[in-house]
Amino acid sequence: MLNIGGIQHGVVMDHIVAGCAMDIYHYLELDKTDATVAIIKNAKSNVMGKKDIIKIEGYTDFDFDILGVIDPNITINIIKDGVIAEKRKLNLPERVTNIIQCKNPRCITSIEQELPHRFKLTDRAHAVYRCEYCEQKFKRN
Amino acid sequence: MKHLISPLDLSPDELSDLLDLAQEIYSSPEKYSHCCAGKKLATLFYEPSTRTRLSFEAAMLNLGGSVLGFSSADSSSAAKGESVADTIRVMSFYADICAMRHPKEGAPLVASMHASIPVINAGDGGHNHPTQTLTDLLTIKSLKGHLDGLTVGFCGDLKFGRTVHSLIHAMVRYPNTKFVLISPKELQVPAYIKEETLDPLNIPYEETTNLEEALPKLDILYMTRVQKERFFNEEDYIRLKDTFILDKQKMQLAKEDMLVLHPLPRVNEISTDVDDDPRAVYFKQANFGVYVRMALIMTLLGITVD
Repeated sequence: MLNIGGIQHGVVMDHIVAGCAMDIYHYLELDKTDATVAIIKNAKSNVMGKKDIIKIEGYTDFDFDILGVIDPNITINIIKDGVIAEKRKLNLPERVTNIIQCKNPRCITSIEQELPHRFKLTDRAHAVYRCEYCEQKFKRN
Repeated sequence: MKHLISPLDLSPDELSDLLDLAQEIYSSPEKYSHCCAGKKLATLFYEPSTRTRLSFEAAMLNLGGSVLGFSSADSSSAAKGESVADTIRVMSFYADICAMRHPKEGAPLVASMHASIPVINAGDGGHNHPTQTLTDLLTIKSLKGHLDGLTVGFCGDLKFGRTVHSLIHAMVRYPNTKFVLISPKELQVPAYIKEETLDPLNIPYEETTNLEEALPKLDILYMTRVQKERFFNEEDYIRLKDTFILDKQKMQLAKEDMLVLHPLPRVNEISTDVDDDPRAVYFKQANFGVYVRMALIMTLLGITVD
């Protein structure tokens, strides 16, 4: 059993699809912070079978809404004084730029590298994002 | 600045006005023959097209304007690696309006973001082809007299057929429309069109692999070609290309006032013995395409004729 200590002031991101924690690490640019970061991969989960968890000590000021684009099922717990002070719900932004990439080989972004990858929310209930150029649905891992 | 990138860029009222203008031009073409004098249309065609490019050029010439452009990527600066954004910035100095066809989906949208002239999407890969949709709507409206209450059958490649997807999106705006989707299983309408358009709007539709069974129900039969250029695998293309062939015998199963449309070019899917049937309107449809493009050019340039 792996033990990682509780945190006093920070964030716990739970229910991340197993194998995706490093993607989120990069999206949130955690490599550029001084915060202490623990990435737990393939933790046991009753609901998901296995999941990833990220714990961040000493920093809470992130744009969490970006995570809703990548995986709307992630849960965010803000920790203060060692207890959960807030469960943050992820909002789905109407539009995102350069957060996710269009993988359609027929899309103009596949040949014009300098174009921003822009997606719009087309179905809030199912968290569906489509490329603004080719309208291809963004497929999550 | 108004562009036409997607068939849904026009509101139902704007669409209705556009079709009315096209019908007016059709009945009195001489009245409009000089209204675009001094205006230039640039046809920026990054992939080959006969009908669409010449239809745009004929439309502008019929309005008294002039045309310039290129008809393949090889003969444009795209071959040197110029971006769509840079090309359209320059073309904006040379012309008053442009029609762009590009093999990559979304290229005309990129152009519209950087243009100072109206951009018309003349087809972007398997994505949109809005002026074909306008052509289809004008054909149906002119020959049926109305766009509501019709049972529309689509037959052939419903997976990659952009004209099919666009016409479905356009027709759901009219009350009491029904669809019959006739295709091999491999070329069915993509799930997202059913899940995001047909189901939420409760539009009745059925999917079938049997053209003969579907024919008696239809007011409109929209035939499509299985497009070789949309397949990554040639084996699949060869296996599926001749699944449905409409011939004189099958036409006997259809209503007397059913219309057969086809975006053209036709290959094998409609036998030439159907061409003389008065219900076969695909060549008339190509003619309507010129009139609807005339109306579109005038509308986007803000030109009116009293």
